[in-house]
Amino acid sequence: MSEHGHGHDHEQEQEQRSPSPEVLRVRALETVLTQKGYVDPAALDALIDTYQWKIGPRNGAQVVARAWCDVEFRGWLLKDATAAIASMGYSGRQGEHMVAVENTPQLHNLVVCTLCSCYPWPILGLPPTWYKSAPYRARAVKDPRGVLADFGVVLPAAVRIRVWDSTAEVRYLVLPQRPAGSEHLSERELGNLVTRDSMIGTGLPLAPGAPAAGVSA
Amino acid sequence: MSYRSHADLGGRDGYGAVHPQAEEELFHAPWEARVLALTLAMGATGLWNIDSSRAARESLADYRELSYYQIWLAGLEKLLLQSGALQAGELEQGRSLQPAVAVARVLRAAGVAAALARGTPTVRPPSGPARYALGQWVRTTAAAPPHHTRLPGYARGKRGVIERVHGAHVFADTHAHNLGERPQWLYTVMFDERELWGASTAPQQSCISVDAWEPYLEPA
Repeated sequence: MSEHGHGHDHEQEQEQRSPSPEVLRVRALETVLTQKGYVDPAALDALIDTYQWKIGPRNGAQVVARAWCDVEFRGWLLKDATAAIASMGYSGRQGEHMVAVENTPQLHNLVVCTLCSCYPWPILGLPPTWYKSAPYRARAVKDPRGVLADFGVVLPAAVRIRVWDSTAEVRYLVLPQRPAGSEHLSERELGNLVTRDSMIGTGLPLAPGAPAAGVSA
Repeated sequence: MSYRSHADLGGRDGYGAVHPQAEEELFHAPWEARVLALTLAMGATGLWNIDSSRAARESLADYRELSYYQIWLAGLEKLLLQSGALQAGELEQGRSLQPAVAVARVLRAAGVAAALARGTPTVRPPSGPARYALGQWVRTTAAAPPHHTRLPGYARGKRGVIERVHGAHVFADTHAHNLGERPQWLYTVMFDERELWGASTAPQQSCISVDAWEPYLEPA
């Protein structure tokens, strides 16, 4: 697959000036499907709004922070992630069957979908472009340490890497290790240390005192 | 039946760096969001299932040249024509020319949150006991079948160990081709890196798993 370009604003401006073939095709498609009565444009707006503003990696961050604070919840999450995560209100599409896998000082987990883009939507939202890209899908299984290096993550050679290829309808959440020096933080503050990438396994949680996750520098 | 997936990328050489991305970057243009929503809304009509939509996308001849949402757009158009929901010419003209086909349901805005929260679970009552147990060694089937399947090429004909048993799930291979759900036991099968890549690749201290339905496996 080709890589996307950069800069939303620029592309959105260009889209308005001279519509790309995709813009015209999608417009025609939506018109016909609406005329046929198959789709309701208000439902399309609601779907986009949901994944833009309501369902995203902050959901998963709350799950992880709770597992760091509550040993009973952590046990439940590792035993029956679907039920434990649903108890926090996150369930459904592309997260029907959840498994949580825990990082330890000896083991680091990494999640990929080499065949398409399977990803736990209820807790992480839509997958980032890199997760869906050919380089990640090709290399994560064969060269996981090289992929981690692309994210600036270098693990000691003694840490084993466990790669989960999501080839069926099971979706994986990585439970990262709680950062050192975070003992004094509240569950809410801990959630701010949990990055999306740390829940896929391509990153580590932020250190206490760093700018909060989900806010780009 | 001739069938070829262009989406099976795992373990292929020659790809460059992965480029990290900020959490709030979801779409590169508004049309991408619209394609996502149209795909989800059309999925709700019941005209096809998630496995047939994956099959429609992965078998696009120009899959490797397209961006992610270009694949989704082409896949959606293909499904609409295949299912008879749209007729040739309607897309080109941008208007409905033929009567609509009957659909099981139409997703309304008020129903979006509930539909997403419900999802489409794939676990089913098993028709018999699981053939394999935790810790058992198995070998994956070697031949690529001439239809949609979810056993990646890199994991074919390889020896691994059953690490998890997930119950019986809708079988993607048949479901994708409208041959029924035919639920099969689903397992996580773990492989050592040397089994998958041989001694030629520098060891990374890694192991890799796939989720495999029982028909993909034989005793090792």
